[in-house]
Amino acid sequence: MFPVLQIGSLAVQVPGLVMLAGLWLGLILAERYAAGFGVAANQLYNLVFVALASGVIGARVVFVLRYPLAFTASPISLLSLNLDLFDPSGGLALALIASLIYGQRHSMKLLPTLDALTPLLAILAVTASIAHLASGSAFGAPTHIPWGIDLWGERRHPTQVYEILASSLLLIVFWPGRETYHKWDPGNYFLAFTGSSASLYLFLQAFRGDSPVLINGLRIPQIIAWLVLAFCLVAIGKLSKRNIKEYKIR
Amino acid sequence: MIVLVMHSFIVSKWDYFSILVLIAGAAWIWISKAPTGSTTDGQIPQPRQGFQAPDFTLNTNEGESLTLSDFHGRPVLVNLWASWCPPCRAEMPAMQRLYTDYHDKGLEILAVNATSQDRLSDALAFSDELGLTFPILLDTNGEIARLYQVQSLPTSFFIGEDGKIKDVVIGGPMSEALLRIRVDQLLEE
Repeated sequence: MFPVLQIGSLAVQVPGLVMLAGLWLGLILAERYAAGFGVAANQLYNLVFVALASGVIGARVVFVLRYPLAFTASPISLLSLNLDLFDPSGGLALALIASLIYGQRHSMKLLPTLDALTPLLAILAVTASIAHLASGSAFGAPTHIPWGIDLWGERRHPTQVYEILASSLLLIVFWPGRETYHKWDPGNYFLAFTGSSASLYLFLQAFRGDSPVLINGLRIPQIIAWLVLAFCLVAIGKLSKRNIKEYKIR
Repeated sequence: MIVLVMHSFIVSKWDYFSILVLIAGAAWIWISKAPTGSTTDGQIPQPRQGFQAPDFTLNTNEGESLTLSDFHGRPVLVNLWASWCPPCRAEMPAMQRLYTDYHDKGLEILAVNATSQDRLSDALAFSDELGLTFPILLDTNGEIARLYQVQSLPTSFFIGEDGKIKDVVIGGPMSEALLRIRVDQLLEE
């Protein structure tokens, strides 16, 4: 666990640094193979930039709208760099809206664009697991297995290590440089990666010690992962059926 | 035509595969239900969000002994700081304003000075200079810094009425808006 890198009086949050590195590496990888999925590299870069800028601004604006009184008492806090003053879900929603507008204006097709963004998602999945290891979050349930780690007062499943291994495996399997993926029907590469990630997440969540649960101990993240998996499986099936119809018409 | 038949066959196989995968997934969700006690549920004392705040007893600069658990039933902000640390100094005026506004509503602020890494005279001079009215506790041997696994100063722990840590902020300075929002949330619970 290594959550903070102290440089003089500056406390650098290691998880944030790792995620920034992931964003940079992921963008390089996505740009490199974008053409293989039929997307221009510069358009993909601009799309990600628009999404990031809108996400950051949107996250702050939504947070201020949620807690206006606190900012009335301290208006200077509007400019604070503190990450706790952002609303992640609000930022995500605005980033999605801005991306859709940008994509429509530049006539970017949805499915090839999602395929081209998949390498970025794959790298971010790996760095998110490393960030979890650095911060000690996403920790495991208590266990007696020999490879358990002592964390937060108990011997626990090393779930962060499981996550790193699983996401690295997916990155290798779905390496965007493979020609096969460039020949798949648009959307299938993204859906296959997302579905595989959801199924691994569903499996590994069982070993977590911090799952939010419903009644009867059902883990909420597993249910969400199952729904994502179901969506991906159905979507792949529908896309295949659509392609058969197109083939018949031809 | 052969390609078309092959493709249709693959699609129908895919439907069966999908159903099997989803049934297996649902079964795994059921099998791996979280048994009672498998999640932390705030029972273990650890310096982390969602856990019980580790208890401690320290002397104030006025010689009074204070124990964290004595404040059970009230929200507490534990702030670890040192007088040589610029972000610690920068956030103290906002903390004093917060204390003035919220102490009557039940908030307690325990400013734990990392005395083992600081000069007591500097810490007290800084406290006098700002006219801090909340208790300044002296961690003379670094025991609390170790107990709370402090890796950076300042570090703040927002503790709820139930003694559980609701939020940890590593580094600073914290903005006044963040302080007010977190304390409002603690008081609302």
